[in-house]
This record gives sequence, C-alpha cells and structure tokens, in this order.
Amino acid sequence: MTAVLEARALGRKYGTRWALRECTVVIPAGHVVGLVGPNGAGKTTLLKLASGQLAPTTGDLAVLGARPGNTPAQLALVGFVAQDTPVYAGLTVADHLRLGAHLNPRWDAPLARDRVARLGLPPARRAGRLSGGQRAQLALTLGLAKRPELLILDEPVAALDPLARRAFLEELAEAAAAHGLSVLLSSHLVSDLERVCDHVIVLVGSRVRLAGPVDRLLADRPGLSLEDAVLTGMDER
Amino acid sequence: MIWLTWRQFRGSAALTGAVLLVLVVALGVTGPGLAAEYAAGIAACVPDETCLDFFDRFFGSYDLLFLALTLVVLIVPALIGLFWGAPLVTRELEAGTHLLVWNQSVTRGRWLAVKLGIVGLAAAVAAGVCGLAVTWWSGPLDRSAVPEMAQMAPVVFGARGIAPMGYAAFAFVLGVAVGLLVRRTLPAMALTLVVFAAVQIAMPLLVRPHLMPPVTGTFELGRENVDGIGAERGGTLHVFLRTSAVPGHPGAWVLSSDLSGPTGRTAVEDVSGPSSTVARTIPISTTSGPCGPEGGLAPPGTSPCLTEINRLGYRQQAAYQPLERFWPFQWIETGIYALLTLGLAGCCLRWIRTRAS
Repeated sequence: MTAVLEARALGRKYGTRWALRECTVVIPAGHVVGLVGPNGAGKTTLLKLASGQLAPTTGDLAVLGARPGNTPAQLALVGFVAQDTPVYAGLTVADHLRLGAHLNPRWDAPLARDRVARLGLPPARRAGRLSGGQRAQLALTLGLAKRPELLILDEPVAALDPLARRAFLEELAEAAAAHGLSVLLSSHLVSDLERVCDHVIVLVGSRVRLAGPVDRLLADRPGLSLEDAVLTGMDER
Repeated sequence: MIWLTWRQFRGSAALTGAVLLVLVVALGVTGPGLAAEYAAGIAACVPDETCLDFFDRFFGSYDLLFLALTLVVLIVPALIGLFWGAPLVTRELEAGTHLLVWNQSVTRGRWLAVKLGIVGLAAAVAAGVCGLAVTWWSGPLDRSAVPEMAQMAPVVFGARGIAPMGYAAFAFVLGVAVGLLVRRTLPAMALTLVVFAAVQIAMPLLVRPHLMPPVTGTFELGRENVDGIGAERGGTLHVFLRTSAVPGHPGAWVLSSDLSGPTGRTAVEDVSGPSSTVARTIPISTTSGPCGPEGGLAPPGTSPCLTEINRLGYRQQAAYQPLERFWPFQWIETGIYALLTLGLAGCCLRWIRTRAS
C-alpha cells in the first residue's frame, strides 16, 4: 500500500505559537480520509502544509512521494479547496471554469460544465453574487475538475445545506471510487464523515491522537457509533 | 496565466486607457496652435532682439497649464504604484483567493512573474504615452520657460522624455514588493507612497547632479543672470545674482552660482534679495559715477552700472548641467530605474516562495 501523505515529526510555528507539532502520520492511497478534531487542533495547518500553501517549520512531509507545492507537476496532482471556499468575486462562473482550464493540464472541461449545469449555477453570474452554498459548489467544482490524484478539502461542506451536503459527499465517494482519487477532508462534524470516510485521523492539541480505518476503530470499541468512538478516542491517553 | 492576468487587469487597464486617450487627444488638438503661436512670436522678436521679452510673455500666459501637466506626469507613476502595484498581491491575500489560484497547476513564482511582466509593461507604456505626449506639447514652453522651470531642472526633467516609463515600472514593482511584505492593502499603499516619494526626492538631490561631472563656467553679468541691482541710500551696492540661470545656456540645470570678485574670491553676502537669487555686495560708489543715483535707475541689461561692474572684473561663477545632456541623462536615469525595478522584481519572486501565506 503506497501512501499519499507521509508526515514525520511535522511542525509549523506562527511567530512563537506552534499550530502543529510533532505530527507523524501516514495516509494510505485510495481512501476517503476524514480529519477530525476540535477547533484550533491544527487541522487547517496540516491541510495547508499538505497542499504546499505553507512550508513546514520542522519535520518532513511527502505528498504523493514529493515535497508539496513545489513544481507544476506536483501542483497538478494535488487539489486543494480552502476553508470558506474562496472564489474571485469579480469573475463569473464561466470565468472560473476558463481559469481552471487555462491553469491545469489535466482539466476535465465536460465534468466542470456538467456539474455547474446540474447544480444550476448561472455561468454569466459573478461569483460575488452567488449564495454561500453556490460559491462553495463552484470552488469544489474547480477542485474536482482539476482531476487531482489527491483532493484536499478543508471544511468543504460547512456552507452547504444538509441536502447539498449529503449529495456532495456522495458525489465525492463516487469520484473516489471511479477515478481512484484519494480524498483528505476535514470537518468538526463526525456525522458528515461517517457517511463517506473509510479512514479517520483524530487531531487533538496539534497531535495525532487516533488514526486508522473506520471499521477497525468501530471493531475496537464495540457498540459505539463512529461519533462516540472518536469522542472517546479524543479523551484516551 | 496570461488570460487570468488580463481578465483581472482589463478593468483598470480600460479606465486608464480612456483617461490617457482624453489627455492625448486634448494635447493633440491644442499642441499645434501653441507651436504656431511660438513660431509667430519668434519670427516677430528675432529682428528687433526682444525675444527674452517674448519668452516671458509667452511662458507667463501658459505657466499654470505647463505646471499642471508637468505634475500630472510626475503623479502618474505614483498612482500606478498605489493602485496597480500595492493591491496586486494583498487583494488576493485579503480575499483568500491566493489559496485558490496558488493551488492550480502553476507555481506561485510563475503566477507572480507573469503578473509583474504584463502589468509592469502596461505601467511603463501608460506613463510613457503620458510623458511623451506632454513632452511634445510642452516643447515651445520648454524653450521659453523661466530658469526655475528649465528643462534640465529637477521638477521638469522628471516629467519629460522616457524617464516616466522607468519611474512607473519601478513604482509598480515597489508597490508589489511592499504589498508582499505588509500583506494588507491600505498600509501597503501608504508605505508605497512614502517610499516612492522619498526615492523621487533623493534622485535629483543626491544622484542626478553626479551622473556626469557638471560643467563649470565664468560668465559676464547681464540680464539673464542678474535679477537686479540695489543700493541703500549713499551706502553699499548689492547685486542680486540668479541661482538658476547662466547666460547662453537656456534650459540648463544650474547646480551652483556665485559672484567672484576681481581678485577671484567671492564677495561678501549680507542682505537677502528676491527668491532664487543670492545678494552680493560690491564696493563701488553709489553717490557718483555709473552706479550713482542716475545710473542705477536704468534696467539691468543696459545699465551703465552693470557695465562698470563687469569692467571691474566681477563675474558669475557657475556649475551646471547643460541642456545638451538632456537625452544622455534621460537614458542613464531610466536605466538606473530599470535596474532597480529588476532587482526588486527578483526580491518579489524570492519572497513569494518563502514569505507569503
């Protein structure tokens, strides 16, 4: 089993404050991996490091076997949809798809077009005039149509209503199965992850508290739901 | 990347283009009339040698417009640095869109390089069009300007020729660099303005005078370099020597100007005269002779008193940069700013890999 992400004693400091410290974790390929943990546990920092948006202060990190975010080839293999799903307020939906097509060699134009049409995003509308949920869907479309090998999503469903949330997560699971895509997504709602994740990493106080396949996690704690299993995992020492 | 850069930049490019078009058309329509008026005035003044009077009249009637246009050319690079340069990166950081665009399959170094190249080129072109149009329009006025507004003098030189292109490219990259370090738009704009203004003041004060060794010369006193002669009743005689003009070299930038006495040393200063002059005392009788009560009343150019002062050996001693050096200076200065621009751009490309986000 190859690893999409391998971190060894990874740390990142903002000024004098450590946002992530001594993080050692291996994420196997071909899974939908949920990253859970309380606010401020370092989830976003870990995801930004993995996407190459941040450089580590200490430790080693390999994503798909290389240093993240250094070369166009590496960038093409890793998709990243940041928290709050930023898009250009002044550009239209169609402009965003052109942006994706211009900047990504593996761009899947039919996928992007179909997805935008299916979700009813008006191509001529400026992204600044879309609803929060629509903006999130646009950003997620860019991430999916890039056709990465690893898609990293930071709180991707936070802005979506429950129905859209469910639909998106199912879509994600399908894409993972169809294209052999590995997914790493964070959420503080375990119920979101329960539906799609087959692997879970619990991050507490910038340290990995628990990591492994969901079924083994449940098998080790008989009678508990995933949410309860994760919560007890957070308390374990 | 080129498409995205253009897509994000086309709004401000169109606005700037429209404003420039209005300016160029206005100058193009009024320029030939101004040149014709100048040519007619020269034709009329040459036979009776009254061209100095014509210059004063002609420049005097357009000096406000001349000054306003000169200021426009000086301000355009600063505006480019403020509104194109500073927000280039900070706008992305503030909206969070850097997380979107820096994660497409283009490294952020390339992203910035394309932006710097395209917008920087547009900055130089915009300032170049503005500067050259004003240079062309102001031609007749530059030939008749008062010494303080000479074509080589600090304020005017920077608003003529190709130098504005260098200023604009530099201001733009400076704005980007400050934005990368400060990371917020408004503080970045303020700091860009302060630093750019400091550089633009330091250049003519500290660097430009030494681009080539100044020419030194000794000149007879006359109408072009003497603003006036005055005497306290029955007392000493003062000559008010211009500090910004040398005879026979219109358009020159006078770096120093003083009066030398018959023995070669400078006469003593003890009164203040009109602005942009130095007052020098000359030991000569003001009660009788050419500088007596009758002689002193004549205008400076024809005054027998001035003739007498010249006869005694008083001269203007000046160091200056003559107008013939206008284009060499323009090329050197534009080259200096081009090097600064490239250096700063290199810093930006290094910083965006290490410092940003």
